[in-house]
Amino acid sequence: MQQTVFAPWQDPDEKPLIQFRNVTKKFGDFTAIANLDLDIYAREFFALLGPSGCGKTTLMRMLAGFEMPTSGKILLGGEDIAAVPPNKRPVNMMFQSYALFPHLSVWENVAFGLRREGRDKGEIETRVADMIRLTRLEKFARRKPHQLSGGQRQRVALARSLAKAPKLLLLDEPLGALDRKLREETQFELMDIQEKTGTTFVIVTHDQEEAMTVASRVAVMDEGKLVQVSTPDQIYEAPTSVYVADFIGAVNIIEGKANQTGDKVLVNWAEGQSPLIATTTAMLQKDQTCYLAIRPEKIAISAERPEAANVIEGEILDIGYLGNISTYHVKLPSGHIIKAQSANTRRIARRSFTWEDKVWLSWSDTAAILLER
Amino acid sequence: MRRLALILIPYLWLIALFLIPFVIVIKISLSDVALARPPYFPQLDLTEGFTGIKAFFSELDFENFTFLTTDDLYWKAYLSSLKIAGISTILTLLIGYPIAYGMASARPEWRATLMMLVILPFWTSFLIRVYSWIGILSQGGLLNTFLLWLGVINEPLTILNTEIAVYIGIVYTYLPFMILPIYANLEKLDGSLLEAAEDLGCSRTSAFWLVTVPLSKSGIIAGCFLVFIPAIGEFVIPSLLGGSQTLMIGKVLYEEFFSNRDWPVASAVAVVLLVILIIPIILFQRNEQKNREASQ
Repeated sequence: MQQTVFAPWQDPDEKPLIQFRNVTKKFGDFTAIANLDLDIYAREFFALLGPSGCGKTTLMRMLAGFEMPTSGKILLGGEDIAAVPPNKRPVNMMFQSYALFPHLSVWENVAFGLRREGRDKGEIETRVADMIRLTRLEKFARRKPHQLSGGQRQRVALARSLAKAPKLLLLDEPLGALDRKLREETQFELMDIQEKTGTTFVIVTHDQEEAMTVASRVAVMDEGKLVQVSTPDQIYEAPTSVYVADFIGAVNIIEGKANQTGDKVLVNWAEGQSPLIATTTAMLQKDQTCYLAIRPEKIAISAERPEAANVIEGEILDIGYLGNISTYHVKLPSGHIIKAQSANTRRIARRSFTWEDKVWLSWSDTAAILLER
Repeated sequence: MRRLALILIPYLWLIALFLIPFVIVIKISLSDVALARPPYFPQLDLTEGFTGIKAFFSELDFENFTFLTTDDLYWKAYLSSLKIAGISTILTLLIGYPIAYGMASARPEWRATLMMLVILPFWTSFLIRVYSWIGILSQGGLLNTFLLWLGVINEPLTILNTEIAVYIGIVYTYLPFMILPIYANLEKLDGSLLEAAEDLGCSRTSAFWLVTVPLSKSGIIAGCFLVFIPAIGEFVIPSLLGGSQTLMIGKVLYEEFFSNRDWPVASAVAVVLLVILIIPIILFQRNEQKNREASQ
């Protein structure tokens, strides 16, 4: 039986909700967005991920209507929205600072957008009550924003931006001001609400974990360009560049010269060391510079020399104890420092390795990703 | 101890420079006018001991306050002062708000300069600035000459020695007191609130009325009181620009003291003026306190 997976981006008949067509945005001499093309589909939870200054916020503000593209087109449901001012767009935004109106109560904040539409009183009341229930703010409806905690304010901001039932909801670093635990809870709440309302969400974040958790697809950005747009697992498991591999999660990058035979590549990475083996579908030239990206959790660490495709000996330099897992920094004779992770299935007193131990690192021939740039 | 000493300084200041003089004024207002020096009676004679103090207190009465109610000059002057102060406050707000708004939306590097321009007039004597308005507003003054030259009018306008001149004078003098608190408020305004309002369907204009104005309310109130309170007791502006027709309590007070030499009645006028002012001053204090609480 075939499972129906939500993947409209693979369906050629599906019309995207938002289309960026060759969009460029310049601020004076500075190019914030450079010739960008992007499709976002209805009901997607789309994450724009990148370091600060990569243009992700500019991209979002163009969707909201606060910035105009210098050139190119942005289509919403097939129509160019360049001429539509922010107050006429079926798009709402949740601001990073939440931007709650301090002089209005929670209820009035949520009702603000609906009142501007001039809907009748009863309708507004039902809608606001629905939103307040959805975000579990019933107890706080009469309070002013300064009487709320950070998490409650965040929920008010969400309720307010959802109240008008926008076609598209933009979230600008929505969880940045929350502490870690609350942030993790809220991520799941957000996903839940997104599913319930069926609204298309576009979230801007610099937190890769957050993007991976909530999003159906992630766009990794760098200096005004999209580096990779894909599902979270693809971004993690099959990054297309060193930049993406390095940006998402921890990774070991080993530079070397390729020597391909079929789908197997031998990578000569250090003098006097046997080459590392990886598989790839790409065709590399002989002695082409390439990079091996290996996630720390895919590297096994053992005291005895194991049987594996890639085996290197090293010495433990540092141990990062994280409770459930430990990260070992292992120094190789070549000077490379490799991070390897292993789960702490035993109590710490019985840990097998300690500082300056000689250990063997090993991984299979499919564990590493071979990257050309 | 240190905290007590710190609190003591403002209290000593208030007692020495406000409370004691005010008690003296009350005392004079309860006395009778006399052709003597000082021009009122009774004088407190402590050499006669307790009988002297008793005799002194038995001579005090509220005669002057009842006198204020018998002559309609006084209550008309009070009402006229309230009216002039009220209208000038509204005019100052209407002119000051856009200026403050413009300053707050100017580029940050310009703001200090604009602020300087608002404060600059204070560097010249207040009296000289009011005098210079005589030169501008008089029949042969700058304004009339200019308007005649433009051909807008055929005959010079009579502005000086009317209430209009008083309004111009008060608005001109007190404008910075309106601009500064409103500017302080608008400058703090988070720009993302206006974006949020627009995002939720407001036009620029409605965002202004629904977000900017309510959020600058405390600045507006502070500015209004800072103009209204001193404008009620204003004396220099009405006497220099308002001529003989303009009735304001500050002018009446001056005339009672210096032309009439009736210190007791003048003191009574001053006491009533203070009582009238206490209400807006308390309201002003409330507003300030509310702001302090809200900003915490």
